[in-house]
Amino acid sequence: MTGSSAPFSFPHRHLLGIEGLSPNDITQLLDRAESYIEQNRQADKKQSLLRGRTIINLFFENSTRTRTSFELAGKRLGGDVINMSVEWSSVRKGETLIDTAMTLNAMHPDVLVVRHSESGAVQLLSEKVDCAVINAGDGMHEHPTQALLDAVTIRLRKGKLEGLLVAICGDVAHSRVARSNIQLLNTMGARVRVVAPRTLLPAAIDRLGVEVFTDMREGLKGVDIVMMLRLQLERMQGSYVPSQREYFHFFGLDYEKLGLAKPDALIMHPGPMNRGVEIDTEVADDIDRSLVRQQVEMGVAVRMAVLEALSQKPRNVSPTR
Amino acid sequence: MSKLFSNARLLDPASNRDGKGEVLVDDGKIVAVGTNLKREGAEIVDCGGHCLAPGIVDMRVQLREPGDEHQETMATGGKAAAAGGVTTMVALPNTDPVIDELALVEFIARRSRDVGLTRIRTYAAATKGMRGKELTEMGLLTGAGALAFTDGLHAIADAVVMRRALSYATNFDMLIIQHPEEPSLANGGAMTSGEISTRLGLTGITPVAEVMMIERDLRLVEITGARYHAAHVSTGEAIDAIRRAKKRGLSVTCDTAPPYFALNETAVGDYRTFAKVSPPLRSEDDRRAVVEGLRDGTIDAIASDHAPQDQESKRLPFASAASGIVGLETLLPLALELHHNGSVPLLRVLDALSQRPAEILRLPAGKLEAGLQADFVIFDLDKPWRIAVDAFHSKCRNSPFDGRPVQGSVLRTVVAGRVIHTAESAA
Repeated sequence: MTGSSAPFSFPHRHLLGIEGLSPNDITQLLDRAESYIEQNRQADKKQSLLRGRTIINLFFENSTRTRTSFELAGKRLGGDVINMSVEWSSVRKGETLIDTAMTLNAMHPDVLVVRHSESGAVQLLSEKVDCAVINAGDGMHEHPTQALLDAVTIRLRKGKLEGLLVAICGDVAHSRVARSNIQLLNTMGARVRVVAPRTLLPAAIDRLGVEVFTDMREGLKGVDIVMMLRLQLERMQGSYVPSQREYFHFFGLDYEKLGLAKPDALIMHPGPMNRGVEIDTEVADDIDRSLVRQQVEMGVAVRMAVLEALSQKPRNVSPTR
Repeated sequence: MSKLFSNARLLDPASNRDGKGEVLVDDGKIVAVGTNLKREGAEIVDCGGHCLAPGIVDMRVQLREPGDEHQETMATGGKAAAAGGVTTMVALPNTDPVIDELALVEFIARRSRDVGLTRIRTYAAATKGMRGKELTEMGLLTGAGALAFTDGLHAIADAVVMRRALSYATNFDMLIIQHPEEPSLANGGAMTSGEISTRLGLTGITPVAEVMMIERDLRLVEITGARYHAAHVSTGEAIDAIRRAKKRGLSVTCDTAPPYFALNETAVGDYRTFAKVSPPLRSEDDRRAVVEGLRDGTIDAIASDHAPQDQESKRLPFASAASGIVGLETLLPLALELHHNGSVPLLRVLDALSQRPAEILRLPAGKLEAGLQADFVIFDLDKPWRIAVDAFHSKCRNSPFDGRPVQGSVLRTVVAGRVIHTAESAA
């Protein structure tokens, strides 16, 4: 299996977010990701598209899943992948983010995959290096490869994105996954709802082209996809919601609430899941309804597509977003 | 020896004068203002028909000395002020150490004399260490020359402490200056909350944080009878609250700074840290309310809010980056935009830059009047140019206005009758 056929044109130097991508950019990435699915299921998964290219996974925030997914994607395309985990707190004491970027840049990587706890940090870094930069999640801003893998997953099951009704439920305020998915789904012609308690909705969220629901039962009525978000534990001990129990009662996904969605509605979660907090264990493991495992599988395929797209650019091209 | 500043367009907001004339100066003071003044023995300074106005009294700057001299010193700040037409500037006490003791107030006065450019005065902290708990020695600090009391970039948040600060300051008829922002609502915020903060994934600060603090303070002003000044107001609601308080006769004043009438929240764009200020840039509606507040005089003064920050403090992810904009050298041209775009009359703009702040701080300046300090700015009202941070005299370059086309440039700055700055074009 050689995977790629004709090269596709991706007119961006970096992938910093879904914002700014055209429907055509997204469709090409999704198509290419689909072409990698079969390859990833073969015994021999490796090809040589990125032979000689260096990919550095630069993670200022811990994430085993995303980092592993990028690592596999890079290796399956034949690239050399190096993982660097940097504690942001120790970085701030001495070396700055910019210093780190300049240091790595001097080693001539071809792609930097960057995760950072602060919104905008990946863009800042991208302005200081010569290579392509992929945003693997920056603060509460964007997580574009997550939205792309979610889109591939949906498209495989539903055959399309356009016209679908998607409810994104949970901690929208602090979620980069929500922001990227809202952008992508809107760009591709799906209709998006957000469902959350008021304290977990960011200001003026309706201006991002979503319908807002604070009643989950109302919000799930007639939807095709229920996309759950992770709620960090410290946020449900009185600061944003009073307790886990209350949160699960009103915003946890169980069969009763799911029953209001379309009969063939599917469930997604970016992981890791808080079972019994935002999602009932049985629902999470329902092989007919839950796409959680497929999402993980598609993650590798999508990241291969993104790495391929950005590796086609020669180094030192003038910056365009 | 006396000096005659002749052939000028005199602009004096206090007397509503706008016309040809000249100013005679002797021994650092204004002797006469008018036309055909006696000129025997006087050195003549020909203003070339350009504008001569009272020197700018900048009531809010951060000079970073003592403690952070790598960002700004009295000398570099003094040069920047002189180049900007500022003849008196008042430093915030948020240095290291904090200006909360007599010796530090005296230190500022001595350094100002050493530098010998723009007059540098200082506020003292309202609470020890600006920690918002115990009052400073307001009486003694007043005697040493502190012009007012403020905790700088910190709001005096505790209502009891604020009440006592206001109340105690009345003993000496002194002014309390507040950074009006409810800190618990602003905590962790990086910009104004709204569509843009949501898109950028930045924690927002609700604009209500400003009016809340001001409304609370106004209640305390009412029961203490104190003199109160709200710094850098930025929201329409806060301005409305102050407008109502003034109508009720409270002793309340306020200022704003150029970012709040020359920019709005969209300047943050893609995480431009040079547009990060505290309070944050607001919506376009709020920006317009600031312009209206300046026009109708609800906002008394325009201050530069000069806040030098080095590159390392700004080249960080937005939420971690330092707040502030260097403002001394862009204050006049940005304020003059209000005149050039027809939104605020010229004399009101100059009133906000000199007369009103001098009045609020009770300084013998801000007017073209015999007996007052001979502090002037002579400027070309219409000259078009582009702001260039590389030409700044300040040690820092953190300005979102780099490259902005403006009109109006300083030709000479005069303090006590002495020319402390001459623009190349006027030399």
